Amino acid sequence: MTDTTTGVTRAEFCAVACAEVFRGDGEVMASAFGTAPALGARLARLTFAPDLVLTDGDAALVDGAPPLGARPDSLVLESHMPYRRVFDVVWSGRRNLIMMASQIDRTGNQNISAIGPWARPKAQLVGVRGAPGNTVNHTTSYWVPSHSTRSFVEQVDVVSGVGYARAAAAGPSATRFHEIRSVVSNLGVFDFGTPERVMRLASVHPGVTVDDVVAATGFELVIPDDVPDTRLPTDEELVLLRTVLDPKGMRDREVKP
Amino acid sequence: MADKRMTLDEFVGELSPGMTIGIGGWGSRRKPMAAVRAILRSDLTDLTVVSYGGPDVGLLCAAGKVAKVVYGFVTLDSIPTDPHFKAARQAGAVEAMEIDEGMFYLGLLAASQRIPFLPTRSGLGSDVLVVNPSLRTVRSPYDDGEELVAMPALRLDAAVVHVNRADAAGSGQILGPDPFFDELFLGAADRRFVTTERVVPTEQLGAEGPIQTMCVSRLLTDGVLETPGGAHFTACVPDYGRDEGFQKEYVAAAGDPDAWAAFRERFLAVDEAGYQAATREAADERAAAKAAKEGK
Repeated sequence: MTDTTTGVTRAEFCAVACAEVFRGDGEVMASAFGTAPALGARLARLTFAPDLVLTDGDAALVDGAPPLGARPDSLVLESHMPYRRVFDVVWSGRRNLIMMASQIDRTGNQNISAIGPWARPKAQLVGVRGAPGNTVNHTTSYWVPSHSTRSFVEQVDVVSGVGYARAAAAGPSATRFHEIRSVVSNLGVFDFGTPERVMRLASVHPGVTVDDVVAATGFELVIPDDVPDTRLPTDEELVLLRTVLDPKGMRDREVKP
Repeated sequence: MADKRMTLDEFVGELSPGMTIGIGGWGSRRKPMAAVRAILRSDLTDLTVVSYGGPDVGLLCAAGKVAKVVYGFVTLDSIPTDPHFKAARQAGAVEAMEIDEGMFYLGLLAASQRIPFLPTRSGLGSDVLVVNPSLRTVRSPYDDGEELVAMPALRLDAAVVHVNRADAAGSGQILGPDPFFDELFLGAADRRFVTTERVVPTEQLGAEGPIQTMCVSRLLTDGVLETPGGAHFTACVPDYGRDEGFQKEYVAAAGDPDAWAAFRERFLAVDEAGYQAATREAADERAAAKAAKEGK
């Protein structure tokens, strides 16, 4: 879906919305799963978050913001970051992460473990991975490229990433460093800035209506009286996205134009 | 120095049914696959497999070797999940201990330090503590009073890891960018095995790579096995990358009982030399098919 007045594609709105997740955090390690988050982290690094630390997706931190699919020998390496050291960063809190979610629910629980009953799931997914630890140690956000009542559910089947209600129930050690900052989907941006810490619609991507979002969501969202549009990319951001970071248009394969 | 070299058959001979076995590497990267294949050929059963899981877990599940898997994920990296592990879980065929991958690290660390547990924030509030009711929390004895997860030691009967180079006495060298948690797997285990692309004289290790690459000391090894191509089809950089074509074949075959029987017959019912020959031949066939398709 392309916004007809501006020519900006839906995937570009998503990338910019993901970039916003990294605003104001200074020198933290950005980890990003999925194409829009990968672009968002790079965009932030090249514009309003110059101190952000990016990884090569393997075992190193890299200087600058390499384009998607950059050849490994073209990267300027800054530091060695094998998995064991990643946990030092996770547990220190100096990280801001966008993970994906097979399911996400009203209070921000995320599931990447299994669909159906745990003992004998209908579908075993990848596993909880680092989601339990990430969410109670540092700022975490989620990216859901196909927003539907199957992904936005009343209650996730297996709590992998910890949401607000579950963290509160687990006590102060769980809430101390817990922050689910944002959920970005192909339809809009969501946060938990409500007194009850439940999911609120923060903006819709241009071309999407509030009704579209409500219809695609399997639980009751908090809908403010005025829901703004997701902000437009700046001219600089569009040039960076289109000619520097993703000239092959991988973003449009994840979220169709 | 003791010469710790042994054969795959001798390695399998040191294992017994019901053991808890740790497998090094990560996902579909630097897995001791020759050792896994040797276990597949053996009559070992009822194993508890502890792994940052990849096709090692899938293959062992498919062969009915596994009673329980301890993992934070099972993935083939370029393909998100392993089909055999998925099938085993969905059939309820294996017991599962699914934990946060940082908790997993601390479990190995605690075992290698011979302490019963290590405290961590990770796991609090998640279903990891629900689906693993044996996990406990612990309260800090200091003024903060924090209540944390007490990740129990993941003690292993045996562990096996794959490295790029090793000497006969068991000093191992990892030339790729990430040593993963291999040292901790060895440290957590009673019997410790290192498979390697090449056994070299000790004095050659320095020529192969800098001191930081010599990260497995012989303090951590009981047996050394020279298994060239021993991580195939997982990645073992810089010696070789993942064999993506073969990994796709593995996944495709898993989806169909006849195809899997043929895959097993061709690649797994043979010894390690037979496996290496058959996979080279399969790579040639894929290349020929691709050339034919492109009209070359």
